[in-house]
Amino acid sequence: MIRKRWIGSLAALGVVVGISAGSASAADACSAPKLDTGDTAWMLTSTALVLMMTVPGLALFYGGLVRSKNVLSTLMHSFFCAGLISVTWVLFGYSLAFGPDKGGGLIGSLQFAGLKGILGTANPLAPTIPAMLFVAYQATFAIITPALISGTFAERMRFPAFALFMLLWSTLIYTPLCHWVWGGGWIATRVGALDFAGGTVVHISSGISALVTALYLGKRFGHGHEPMPPHNLPFTVIGASLLWVGWFGFNAGSALGSNELASTAFVNTNTAAAAAGLGWLFAEWRRAGRPTLLGAASGAVAGLVGITPAAGFVTPLAAIIIGVIAGVVCYWACSLVKPRFGYDDALDVVGVHMVGGTIGALLTGVFATAAVNAAIPALTVTNLTGGLLYGHPALLGKQLVAVVATYVFCGLGTLVLLVTVNAVCKLRASQEEEIVGMDLSQHSERAYELGLGESLAFLRVREPRSASVPPVLGGRFTVAMENVEPAKISDHWRNLCQDHGVPPTPEFKLVYSQFAVLRGARFRFRGGDREEIRRSLERLFKNASPMARAVIENEDAAYEVQAWGPERSTLLPA
Amino acid sequence: MKLIIAIIRVEKLEAVQQALADSDVYLMTVSDVRGCGRQRGFTEVYRAQQHVVRLLPKLKLEIAVNDAFVEPAIEAIVRAARTGETGATGDGKIFVLPMDDCIQIRTGETGNVAIGP
Repeated sequence: MIRKRWIGSLAALGVVVGISAGSASAADACSAPKLDTGDTAWMLTSTALVLMMTVPGLALFYGGLVRSKNVLSTLMHSFFCAGLISVTWVLFGYSLAFGPDKGGGLIGSLQFAGLKGILGTANPLAPTIPAMLFVAYQATFAIITPALISGTFAERMRFPAFALFMLLWSTLIYTPLCHWVWGGGWIATRVGALDFAGGTVVHISSGISALVTALYLGKRFGHGHEPMPPHNLPFTVIGASLLWVGWFGFNAGSALGSNELASTAFVNTNTAAAAAGLGWLFAEWRRAGRPTLLGAASGAVAGLVGITPAAGFVTPLAAIIIGVIAGVVCYWACSLVKPRFGYDDALDVVGVHMVGGTIGALLTGVFATAAVNAAIPALTVTNLTGGLLYGHPALLGKQLVAVVATYVFCGLGTLVLLVTVNAVCKLRASQEEEIVGMDLSQHSERAYELGLGESLAFLRVREPRSASVPPVLGGRFTVAMENVEPAKISDHWRNLCQDHGVPPTPEFKLVYSQFAVLRGARFRFRGGDREEIRRSLERLFKNASPMARAVIENEDAAYEVQAWGPERSTLLPA
Repeated sequence: MKLIIAIIRVEKLEAVQQALADSDVYLMTVSDVRGCGRQRGFTEVYRAQQHVVRLLPKLKLEIAVNDAFVEPAIEAIVRAARTGETGATGDGKIFVLPMDDCIQIRTGETGNVAIGP
């Protein structure tokens, strides 16, 4: 029974192939949907999980990596995308991506604009859930993709330009690409490349766009000579963890049903994330000498990116291989390649998403097998039953075509958009704005009011006293050294106070535990056994000067007046 | 009247504060500062990019005291701010400055009485 439903669902995935461009409208193909409550429940959950990846997952992941003066603007990038694209998706985005095909597989029509005619139907891609739910699920993908790009221009892009760029990018680049790969466009129907959950659509597209944006915008002020360390790594790790969990909705949800395929994708997703986290960590440990938490978290994200296109097509063992390769190669990309080329991809969108996405897309062409997903022969158009490893190098070729198409389209498209936006409103923040930080200069807000705050509150307060009468404390006394050259006293004492790598002598410990200050030849003690301290001090100085003698001076009152009165102030170090 | 300025390790604040309170010195101004002395910095690595941190975070305490409290205050600070049994590089410094006058804003009192406990 379960198997039957699974096959049914797979066949549904294959329907994409059945729709030849423009022949049947999507609405006609599913006038009588047979909804499945289990599938619907899982897809509702997945939708929420994927939205959680952007806010707060990605927002925190990026927010922690920037300097404290830019954290709000970085959180704003993700938050604003969630707001903007949620609205545009309803108005026209969904229709452009998943509406009936126009222009021979290039874009969807505006038939579903404003979600007209969605109620009571199911999308042929997901026949067992309401079309309205498919709209919501795809909206979360449309939200996270441009939000991913924001990591590259963090800390230096003006907000008005950012908002305009995001609107244009999501409309003119994401929706066509989404249509090509998932919405019945040419990559799915003519090339037959496999992309389970968005390796090309989401990760390569955002990665290559990030590279173009980084090159176009130029480096942050001070990049290369001043350190720009992350201001809150716990944020980043929480964000990476939320991404990891949310990715189950992204990948297992892309099975578009509650079935065995979703379970396979779930296991693959978790396995690849884990393997990649380890891969990055060990690669870094080997090369830089220390395993870092940021490395482990970045590696996990790289693995999640890598497994995205493959999650529903490969075995868990292949997921381990994909994960390790993604983790190690993305580490090299961020630590070796980026510094070599010198572009300022602030938060490593290129190194993780472009590189990881490309690795994932190509390795899908190696490891995909119909044993995992029976729909593969139909999805590949030419009836391939697996990838290179299973004797079908042709699949790798198809994957390469999809990757190159994405690079070219998104790279050039992003460049055109950047030039256009820059003509309308300046992209790059001024040097002053950058130095002040994007939070204050763009949003007039600050994330943190720095201060010691409450830590000062814990004080044992006593009765008020007069400010001029000191408390009587212990037996304060002075020991003067005699028969030692004054210059030698300080030298010798400093030497005694050095860390010599061996435990200090008992004499030194005894003296030091009560010692307050040294002034000239006089050691001032706040208490302790006077005679014992005198003898120990004398012994300590015998090495420096065999004739050294320590003498207790007992005139407390006289000392204080002398020490702090105006006549002694010349003894204070200049 | 003296102004005592003490640079101490961040983690020693509570101990120093308690020690000062035990010597009846309660009033102070504390600020976050950065500085470099003989204590070397440290290296941080983020995604394989190394940053050498030379300016280390410290705390600065400013304490105005009457002459009789100078020594108790210094004793309290050195006792509490030293690391371990033998002290360590980076424990900080104390500066004692002469202070011409002190005025309590609320009452307009000046001099020794204005310093307060």
